[in-house]
Amino acid sequence: MGDVLVATVSIAFDGFAYAMLLFMISVGLSVTMGLMGFVNLAHGAFAMAGGYVLVSLMNSLGVPFLPALVIAAIVVAVFSVPFERVLYRPLYRASELEQVLLSIGLVYIAVGGITYIYGPQPPHIALPSFLEGMIDLGFKSFPAYRVFVIVIGLVTALGLWLGLERTIAGARIRAAVDNRRMAQSVGIKVDRLFMLTFALGSGLAAVGGGLAINILGLNPRFAFIYLVFFLIIVVVGGMGSVRGAFFAAILLGIIDTGGKYLWPEGGAFFIYVVTMAILLVRPQGLFGKPA
Amino acid sequence: MNDAADAIAALGRRGRLHWAEALPWFAGLAVFFVFPGYLAFGTQVLISILFALSLDLILGYAGIVTLGHAAYFGFGAYAAGMLSAHLGWNEPLSGLVFAGVVAGGFGFVTGLILLRYHGLALIMLTLAQAIMLQEFANVAEGWTGGFDGLMGINISPIFGIFDNDLWGKHYYLYALAVLFLCFIVVRLLTHSPLGASLVGVRENTQRMHAVGSPVYWRLVAVYTVGATLAGIAGGLFAQSNSFVTLDVLSFARSGTVLIMLVLGGTGRLYGAFLGTTVYMIIEDRLAKASPDLWELGVGIGLVLAVMFFRGGLMGLIDRLAARSGARP
Repeated sequence: MGDVLVATVSIAFDGFAYAMLLFMISVGLSVTMGLMGFVNLAHGAFAMAGGYVLVSLMNSLGVPFLPALVIAAIVVAVFSVPFERVLYRPLYRASELEQVLLSIGLVYIAVGGITYIYGPQPPHIALPSFLEGMIDLGFKSFPAYRVFVIVIGLVTALGLWLGLERTIAGARIRAAVDNRRMAQSVGIKVDRLFMLTFALGSGLAAVGGGLAINILGLNPRFAFIYLVFFLIIVVVGGMGSVRGAFFAAILLGIIDTGGKYLWPEGGAFFIYVVTMAILLVRPQGLFGKPA
Repeated sequence: MNDAADAIAALGRRGRLHWAEALPWFAGLAVFFVFPGYLAFGTQVLISILFALSLDLILGYAGIVTLGHAAYFGFGAYAAGMLSAHLGWNEPLSGLVFAGVVAGGFGFVTGLILLRYHGLALIMLTLAQAIMLQEFANVAEGWTGGFDGLMGINISPIFGIFDNDLWGKHYYLYALAVLFLCFIVVRLLTHSPLGASLVGVRENTQRMHAVGSPVYWRLVAVYTVGATLAGIAGGLFAQSNSFVTLDVLSFARSGTVLIMLVLGGTGRLYGAFLGTTVYMIIEDRLAKASPDLWELGVGIGLVLAVMFFRGGLMGLIDRLAARSGARP
């Protein structure tokens, strides 16, 4: 196999694994922002919280990796509900500036709080043996962990797609994203729907945060470092669109990974060029409805 | 006829100077004599005040929410720095004018594009623009020095006499004078018909369209002025530190200036003075001792400010003054 082909396959594979992480973390943000139009910069804090809950469960309580991942998701989902009720809810009708400020404040609290509790060093967890090593897919071997992340990402995407397209709850969410007032007037409880979506999105972000420990690395500044990426995925894909978040995550994951392989100093530049180009032409994002 | 005359008189009264407006300048001069050991730090506070003031113009008055205002600060900083480091033009005042003009020109061109967008798209475009510029500066090492920073800035003494001394005395007064001149421009602008129409755009854009105000061009105009002032602040930063790093363009800088302004109170001009000073003094005391507690404090402060104190510190002063019966 030629060098170029090997490099291309590596970039595509690593980029795709990275994209699935970004997708899992951002998709909840996309749907909640689509529902309420709330400019939320703090979503990455829930991913970070998920990662740290996972670390505590595994390293302090000795829970194995997979159950710990599930528990972390549930814990973060449950804890996100009071946040939504107490802090976000009073600001649904507030200006974008106030929403930006409140959510930046929450990121600061998360970063400061987690540094205070866990210290600034990145934590480590021991993966189960079946996720270490390589998986041979015939033409090339791939790290098992990344294959696992890709599978989880694809299953999540499929599950969300089926849930949104084939269930009553999904139809309600789509209706509320399209036109919240109309949805309310036909009796859909948008408020409760939003709470559940927020919890589900935070739980998924927590899974992404937990899985990110061995790919992106986790540290208390995680919510700051990736803040812009999560927002880019939401706006490039289009608010409220699961499909948009999926494709935007793949676009961003592959451009970023490719950039790091091919042009380490300047790779990140392209992400912002592409983001600006897409937003200038389509301010509502690739799959968003026009404002 | 009478109504119109009354309205004009009322507008005129609003622009009248209040005695309290002299306080920041007295404080600025007092610091020079009382705390001679803190003038280098004081210079950085003054520069940040100017930067926050430029943001107040476009965010507080015109209501343009931006997460990328550092783009213009950084543009000015690199312009002033490169003028000295690469072209050998070391005269500070003209360097500052150059920084302002270049950043203002960049603000005009980007404003023409950005201000066609609203809401989240605008926020994201400003954010992406600043980070893109930062990445570009990182790649263009030949011009900017890239990650290592721009070295070789060698500014000559102001008026050929006052150099950048070890204690920052001259540069403190230089920064204070520049801030004062810029402030006069901003104050005149906000009390002009342009300023009034900007507040109109902020409060109700559709109505301003309806009364025939050229909303888009008003926004472009104020955005250009805001970028110019941010560029001057950046130029002062480059000259006073003789060094520019990629940090001048960072998202952190855009976010911090926003937080400082909001802490002081937006749309008030003096909010930029109060918020920046308080923020930077506490940061100076606390951030080095325990950065995690400092961040926790900033976060809690922001959440409380949004939930309970929407006017920032200036709003708080207003309320206290109202309670004690005095009309500010």
